[in-house]
Amino acid sequence: MSSNAVARSPALAGGTDNPVLALDRITKTFPGVKALDGVSLALYPGEVTALIGENGAGKSTVVKTLTGIYQPDGGDILVDGVATRFATPQDAARAGITAIHQETVLFDELSVAENIFLGHAPRGAFGLIDWQTIERRAAEILSGIGAEIDPRHKLRDLGIANKHLVAIARALSIDARVVIMDEPTAALSHKEIQELYELVDKLKAQGKAILFISHKFDEIFRIADRYTVFRDGQFISDGKIADVSEADLVKMMVGRDVAQIFPTRDNEMGREVLDVAGMSHPTEFADIGFTLKQGEILGFYGLVGAGRSEFMQALFGITKPSAGQVKIDGTAVEIRSPADAVANGIVYVPEDRGKQGAITALPIFQNVTLPSLGRTSRNGFLQLAEEFALAREYTRRLDLRAASLDTNVGNLSGGNQQKVVIAKWLATKPKVIILDEPTKGIDIGSKAAVHEFMAELAAEGLAVIMVSSEIPEILGMSDRVIVMREGRMAAELNREDLSPETLVRHAAGI
Amino acid sequence: MLQRLLTSREALLLGAIAVLLGLIALRFPGFVAPANLASVFNDTSPLILLAIGQMIVILTKCIDLSVAANLALTGMVVAMINVAAPGLPVVLIVVIAITLGTALGMVNGVLVWKLDIPPIVVTLGTMTIFRGIIFLISDGKWVNSHEMSAAFKAFPRAEILGLPMLSWCAILAVIVFTVVMSRTTLGRAAYAVGGNPHAATYTGINVGRTQFWAFTLSGALAGLTGYLWVSRYAVAYVDIAGGFELDVVAACVIGGISIAGGIGSVGGAVLGALFLGVIKNALPVVNISPFWQLAISGSAIIIAVALNARANREKGRIILKSAEHAT
Amino acid sequence: MSTMERHIPDRLKSPLERRLKSWETLLLAVAVAIFIANSFASPYFLNAWNLSDATFNFTEKAMIAFAMALLIISGEIDLSVASIIALASTAMGAAAEAGAGTPGLILVGLATGVLCGAFNGVLVTRLGLPSIVVTIGTMSLFRGISYIVLGDQVYNNYPIDFAYFGQGYVFWVISFELVLFALLAVIYAVVLHKTNFGRAIYAIGNNPTGALFSGIRVARIKFILFMLTGLMAGIAAICLTSRLGSTRPSIGFGWELEVVTMVVLGGINILGGSGTIPGVVIAAFVMGLVTFGLGLLNVPGIVMSIVIGALLIGVIALPRLWAMWRAR
Repeated sequence: MSSNAVARSPALAGGTDNPVLALDRITKTFPGVKALDGVSLALYPGEVTALIGENGAGKSTVVKTLTGIYQPDGGDILVDGVATRFATPQDAARAGITAIHQETVLFDELSVAENIFLGHAPRGAFGLIDWQTIERRAAEILSGIGAEIDPRHKLRDLGIANKHLVAIARALSIDARVVIMDEPTAALSHKEIQELYELVDKLKAQGKAILFISHKFDEIFRIADRYTVFRDGQFISDGKIADVSEADLVKMMVGRDVAQIFPTRDNEMGREVLDVAGMSHPTEFADIGFTLKQGEILGFYGLVGAGRSEFMQALFGITKPSAGQVKIDGTAVEIRSPADAVANGIVYVPEDRGKQGAITALPIFQNVTLPSLGRTSRNGFLQLAEEFALAREYTRRLDLRAASLDTNVGNLSGGNQQKVVIAKWLATKPKVIILDEPTKGIDIGSKAAVHEFMAELAAEGLAVIMVSSEIPEILGMSDRVIVMREGRMAAELNREDLSPETLVRHAAGI
Repeated sequence: MLQRLLTSREALLLGAIAVLLGLIALRFPGFVAPANLASVFNDTSPLILLAIGQMIVILTKCIDLSVAANLALTGMVVAMINVAAPGLPVVLIVVIAITLGTALGMVNGVLVWKLDIPPIVVTLGTMTIFRGIIFLISDGKWVNSHEMSAAFKAFPRAEILGLPMLSWCAILAVIVFTVVMSRTTLGRAAYAVGGNPHAATYTGINVGRTQFWAFTLSGALAGLTGYLWVSRYAVAYVDIAGGFELDVVAACVIGGISIAGGIGSVGGAVLGALFLGVIKNALPVVNISPFWQLAISGSAIIIAVALNARANREKGRIILKSAEHAT
Repeated sequence: MSTMERHIPDRLKSPLERRLKSWETLLLAVAVAIFIANSFASPYFLNAWNLSDATFNFTEKAMIAFAMALLIISGEIDLSVASIIALASTAMGAAAEAGAGTPGLILVGLATGVLCGAFNGVLVTRLGLPSIVVTIGTMSLFRGISYIVLGDQVYNNYPIDFAYFGQGYVFWVISFELVLFALLAVIYAVVLHKTNFGRAIYAIGNNPTGALFSGIRVARIKFILFMLTGLMAGIAAICLTSRLGSTRPSIGFGWELEVVTMVVLGGINILGGSGTIPGVVIAAFVMGLVTFGLGLLNVPGIVMSIVIGALLIGVIALPRLWAMWRAR
């Protein structure tokens, strides 16, 4: 499919109104990847445009291009129909474009007020920064979005939801014509999401154009007026949200009809392997307790920042819990470091593959054998032949795709990096495997393979803990689900009691 | 405003200095006489000047080990200029010193910014190069007191309101840089760059350029101090202020400036320098051999960095509602 | 799912090809060039005894550089090594004054080094402090203790047979130090490149979080590396003290910078994660040859430091400038 045949310039497409901001056949290439391939996008005053696409479709690249962090290799950014170049984020801000980024790009050591105004602080006498005005206006903006935060507090003292509100306040501190929201509701509770919707309505009424990026279709249908769909860095379609159904959008997103199919499993469970009781941490979680059997898949559901990963990392020995007991096969064990956890048969596939999961600058085989070097070596001396043999065995089992086993992991795709991390752990022959958001950032095809593989592992008698924020994944894979909210267990649900509504209700606390 | 100036860390250090002075005063009341305190301050002024520059560099996640060599090179150059042209007004000498120091700082800055070389490598390298250049231009010879003009030597000693110019230079730098760090874009950018470089980029702050300006300011202060040092001690040679860069880093660490960047204040750097200055001046008074000084400042660095780390320990995400604001 | 077996080859490039394109090869070429240039520049250069003397310019520093290389690859640094030399030498001097024999002196030297390294290691790994600050602190502390003990005094009451370590020859022009240097080079190369321990060091240096999450005992390994660095400084202190025959608190002053320069010149990434021992060995020879060659030409030591400083920046800057120029 040629991109130029599909892409057209929305600016030329006509409509009731002229777009305030448009991308016209924008191309952006990174070494080895064409992140954007001639994409177009138009934003209209007083309207919310939803940008829809899978991970890797190019959404965040578009956000970074619109905010001056990336410069496109080809195509035009049109502000009021005039081609413009944003050399720096300040240029974009001056053109009235502001963004609430997905990652909170804020400064822990600075005050809330400064976080809101850094880079465009009001000046007083002699061009010096005017702190009084900053604090006053910060307080105004914060109360305007219903946030009860003292602007003089250091950001590090705030919880996650409040930090997110500061990010929103920062975006609103610029008198913007275009507001970009990159998954703004991911870390918010139900009540805060409702307040955000009201805020969006208010911004619409003020005539601002809004680009709204979200994975949640209920959200998109609730607040968007238009949609634009990207796939693999290419423009696919756009139009009015009223003219499409959810199924239509999914089809455009994925390029085919997708009913997500999960592997069928007969839940033959063995004896109990893991027993956790009363695990607590001073600031991150409290009172977590459960048991897990061989062959069981236990799902952990919750909003982003509900404390699930934090708990898993304590279980894996990364952080120190303040209380609690862990039993493996009925014996209490002391887990003070990941090395202890691995020795006791608990392994952890983290969410952040690049930083925590793989050592990307080292070759595949060294990553796979890293925790198993005791077995592949002789008296502490490396035996490369045995290392390659072990790496070959497990990478083949996971159907890894790579040029060679001494390719650096950093050169692999996200899905293949995930396979290396899983292979690394399977090679240690664990009893309990914890998978933290195992399919995040992986394309739909590989997702099914990961699910299939999880089912296989459970069938072989491995006890599986799966942390996931995707309801279909939780529903499709889990035998049992623990829902966490604000660091505590909100509910423990058996398979027959599971429904999207109950999960959301417990996770949001309504 | 006062509260922002003196966060708890600085108050703690101020307390430590007060206790130190109190202990000394118990046996040697003369030490805390205003005239003696003024002389301690004057003696510590070069360290204060350099520590302020170093603080800005450290704030941006860098380190400048070349400050003492910069000082020595600039000092030698202005001393030789003074010998060659004794009639040159001191104002011009000061301007030359600041300009040369700035240029040397820019060399560090460019290497860090444009070539992305780790700051410790860059400044280790320029440190030895600057010292080597002093040898080349001076041929290893000293410029002695009798070769310098009277005006050249008089400037740092000239008294205004009972305080010598050297002290006034330090006071002026403290005031100027307090304003620069708290109320200018560059100052706030330094905090942002060190605190979260990734987010700084998103905010439109150029990380490399901010680091470049930090090295430049550090160089400018080192240049000024170079002239003040050489004229005050009335001698210039290859090894003046040898190893002084470590005292400067020590002053910053003791003053609560986090080596990881993003945390610190002018007040902290000044107090850190004063802490070392008081110890250095007190040792002979309380009859402890000056040979103790090195070990004491070493211990002070270690204790200070351990205390700071305890205060700044990463807290992780605050998820439990009960934990928010409780800490 | 996978019906078709996919075959992934173990390796693509042959190790030989990789080796030919490495930093070490380039450095070796530089060393050979300097050697040839020196032999043309001075008639005294190609003399077995002169060359043997020249090795003393780097053997002691290189011993520390081997351990420092491992430490830097793991992402840490130790700037206190020269001060450990001073403290270990002072301790040996004091022991000699008290009448200790040569075996006792060696024990004192090694133990002081290990204890100093362990002190650094505890501060860095237990308290989680940045090693650069910690070792700037202990750099003052260790040498400071030497100054407190010695002041402006000198220890020079060493037993006669203690002179062997710094002045003795094993065979013809081959000094004890040179043999020790070669032996340590082999041991460190094997440890870093052929053992699990070495593999873990690379893993930690490339990604400490990832290594920790892979079950590597990161803190323990770093602690061992600090102790090892202290031990090597202790060994260097024995050789240097033996060679000089006396101890002043200023002994080995400024060596930490030369050691770090040697390590970086040897191709070890100052940010951690990569580099080899053969690289450090060649870098040691390069620095020794430069110092010796310039010395024969009567260039003063301080000017050599310009060359060393320029080398340090140059070896990192040139490849980057080259890459920038090619990208244009």
